[in-house]
Amino acid sequence: MSIQFSVNDKPVDVDASPDTPLLWVLRDHLKLNGTKFGCGIAVCGACTVHLNGEAIRSCVIPVSAVQDQKITTIEGLAPAPNKLHALQQAWISHQVPQCGYCQSGMLMAASSLLSQNANPSNADIDHAMSNICRCGTYPRIRQAILSLLSSPALNERDA
Amino acid sequence: MGMKRRAFLIGSAALLGAGVFTVHWRASANRSRAAALTTKKGESSFAGWLKIADDDAITLYVPHVDMGQGIYTALAQMCLEELEGDWKHVRVEQAPADIAFANGPMVRAFIAGGTKLPSFVASTADAVFGQAARWNTLQITGGSTALRMTGQFGMRIVGAAAREALLLTAAAKLNVPVSELSIAKSVITHESSGRSLRFGELAQQAAERSLSHAPTLKPRQQFSLVGTSPQRFDVPDKVQGKIVYGIDVQLPDMRVATIKSAPRFGDVLSSVDETPALAMKGVEKVLRLPHAVVVVARGYWEAKKGLDALRPLFGKPAANAEINQAIDSSETLFSAQDKALLGELETAIEEGDVASALNTPGAKRIATTYRVPFLHHASMEPISLTAHFKEGRLDVWGSIQDPLSARHRMALACKIDVENVTFTPTPIGGSFGRRFPGSASQLQQLAEIAPKLEFPVKLIWSREEDFSQGAYRPQLTSVMQGAVSGGKIIAWDQSCIADRNPSEAAAIPYTISAKRVRYVDCPHDFPTGAWRAVDHTQHGFYTECFMDELAEAAGVDPYLFRQNHLPENSRYRKVLDAAAQHAQWHERLTEGRARGIAMVEAMGSVAAHVIEVSWADDQSLRIDRVVAVVDCGVVVHPDNARQQVQGGIIMGLSAALAEQITIENGAVKQQNFSDYPILRLAQTPNIEVHFIETGSAIGGLGEPGLPPVAPALVNAIFSLTGSRIRALPLSINKISLENNSETAKKIPKNA
Repeated sequence: MSIQFSVNDKPVDVDASPDTPLLWVLRDHLKLNGTKFGCGIAVCGACTVHLNGEAIRSCVIPVSAVQDQKITTIEGLAPAPNKLHALQQAWISHQVPQCGYCQSGMLMAASSLLSQNANPSNADIDHAMSNICRCGTYPRIRQAILSLLSSPALNERDA
Repeated sequence: MGMKRRAFLIGSAALLGAGVFTVHWRASANRSRAAALTTKKGESSFAGWLKIADDDAITLYVPHVDMGQGIYTALAQMCLEELEGDWKHVRVEQAPADIAFANGPMVRAFIAGGTKLPSFVASTADAVFGQAARWNTLQITGGSTALRMTGQFGMRIVGAAAREALLLTAAAKLNVPVSELSIAKSVITHESSGRSLRFGELAQQAAERSLSHAPTLKPRQQFSLVGTSPQRFDVPDKVQGKIVYGIDVQLPDMRVATIKSAPRFGDVLSSVDETPALAMKGVEKVLRLPHAVVVVARGYWEAKKGLDALRPLFGKPAANAEINQAIDSSETLFSAQDKALLGELETAIEEGDVASALNTPGAKRIATTYRVPFLHHASMEPISLTAHFKEGRLDVWGSIQDPLSARHRMALACKIDVENVTFTPTPIGGSFGRRFPGSASQLQQLAEIAPKLEFPVKLIWSREEDFSQGAYRPQLTSVMQGAVSGGKIIAWDQSCIADRNPSEAAAIPYTISAKRVRYVDCPHDFPTGAWRAVDHTQHGFYTECFMDELAEAAGVDPYLFRQNHLPENSRYRKVLDAAAQHAQWHERLTEGRARGIAMVEAMGSVAAHVIEVSWADDQSLRIDRVVAVVDCGVVVHPDNARQQVQGGIIMGLSAALAEQITIENGAVKQQNFSDYPILRLAQTPNIEVHFIETGSAIGGLGEPGLPPVAPALVNAIFSLTGSRIRALPLSINKISLENNSETAKKIPKNA
């Protein structure tokens, strides 16, 4: 069946079975491979994307549920082609990734957190950043997020 | 099973013994082959590893896979340090999966024309790499060897040899002696005449020179690039979702396959009715493999739905199945191990008369049993591999820790010549030992699937398949006996289960006059493999927990007790002392807090950790602080080095706290992250990492941070509660961390 929604501000129209998880529509139909498959049961967070600006785990969201909604993936996180999102920049400054596989999901979770709460406490970060990283990049993820608190750079994103 | 480590080693040896892939190494032949694979017009190759273009661009070909270790950047630092190249001009590429870039020959050929490998390579120190270095068709990333072998004995030497060739070329061109030239940032300058030449202007002629096998290397004090922390090359792409991991490979007309293997190890596919899957939209084929059923579809979701619709029946192989009926669970395996340990044992280490030392009158004698569970790698990228079989040729793409031997295995499995197989390695989304070809049944599976399809096919395992078909860190038991007298250990007697001659992981760093380590194999049918830090994970746990118990028996502080058994000025002593100092060991902690210490040598590095714990709220434990001190010889990239150690500590904590694979009725119980809890950000304690240099040779860093974690934590818990934990993980002892909503339980004090 045909389902329409927007991905990274571009309208898409996909022909997929309505129960197909958004993750596999992004990866297999739209060839947007930055969003990762990790567990398939919404536990690890590797597949995190934004649904209308809010972090969701796309491996368990049927594509039929996002009809006419706005999806943002890691490919659309940067505000402009030659300008990274403040969090991506912070991730580079803090040299966060190791293997990097979970980092798309981490960045989408972190950007959702900061768009809702510009000054999260450590407990807020603990709660929002529940994705799994097997390499153990957690301390740097926390540092990178903390480095942006009350940063003016944040106001430029997610207009 | 073909998955056990022993099977892997024998299997690989057999590959060579068959004569099919025997390669007669000729240094110059392979160098030209390497150059032909990597250079275009306007580019000059040095030993195949290093390429300098007319426009000064420097490219390094690294025969290792990126799986998060940061080695590309660090190896470039080692090469450019010697080359005096400009960091701005360098980039690093993964070497092709080709014999020209096999680890062993590259190093062997280049160091003094094939005479001698550094002793650590040949020693059993590297369970994986020690073998690899002797073989021609391996291109392994493992054993924490990239920097200490490829870097130290490859990149530095190539860089220095190329520097000498460039200098000689410049001297000839300028008609001046080399001694009057200076070299920096890819430019060679003749100060007195003010003339200079760029590397790009010299490369072609320099590359034609014969390179020195023993160039002059810079002394440690002159390093200016090694020891700094330039930004890693791979990070910008990793924050933009731009890395193409194995699972991201896309080819025109590609189909996706997914697989369900027999849950009970050793079972075969008896029957399957294909119709429910074939009736589903997008499903194109159902394939039967000896041990599994495969569904091929337009996409992963269609394939998975098709697979879920099937009810395959698996059963025991018909004839003389060598299946171990008696051992079909973790529990029966532990019982079998206990029994095996009472039988005949092989001796690995024996010094002094242990039997009589144990019975020394007046000495205090203790005996304990330690157990460790099967562990899963649980790397974030699920198992995946892509291939296209067409007209007798096979092209393969994917994430494997040894693409060259994977290429050879695929050729053998498809019965075609290796020259008709390509293997394009991709970065790996975490591996930790999971993706060595000997543990990678996806290679065999795809070799059976691809020739049956007209299209390219990407095989993706579900996470459930990943959990139930792993290559687990073995489940093991060790019985320890010891005696102390006058504050000293007078006897150490260890009997442990090992599926091969225990490597140096069993070695005890402490000075003990009577010590013995014996082992016995207890065979079973469950697949095991190399897990981050390999044997050091269990041996570090046994040795360092037992040291703590002996310290208690001797009535001596656990740090001082270790110190008393280490020679003054030894590397161990320096690392241990530094850890105690950084952790303020001598300062008394407040009531309700405690600390533990442990030290383990692994992969050429020594690490000592102090872990501080407290009660969070009478219900759960809090890890307040982890202090780690590591001596890895030379720290090439301090920022990345810290992160590698930190990552190892986090993985070690995760494993110690709640990770275990249990087998029931011949099959793995845990199916996904939901029943195999991985440490999360909220539970991650403060971790301080310090490096010291004691003048030792460069050691590995991807693994050594992990082994001291479990014993330091368990020793801290003893200090806090007075209870000894002798079986991992902590969760089976009803101990959990705060901030762990999934598993938090009431922990009785003195549990």
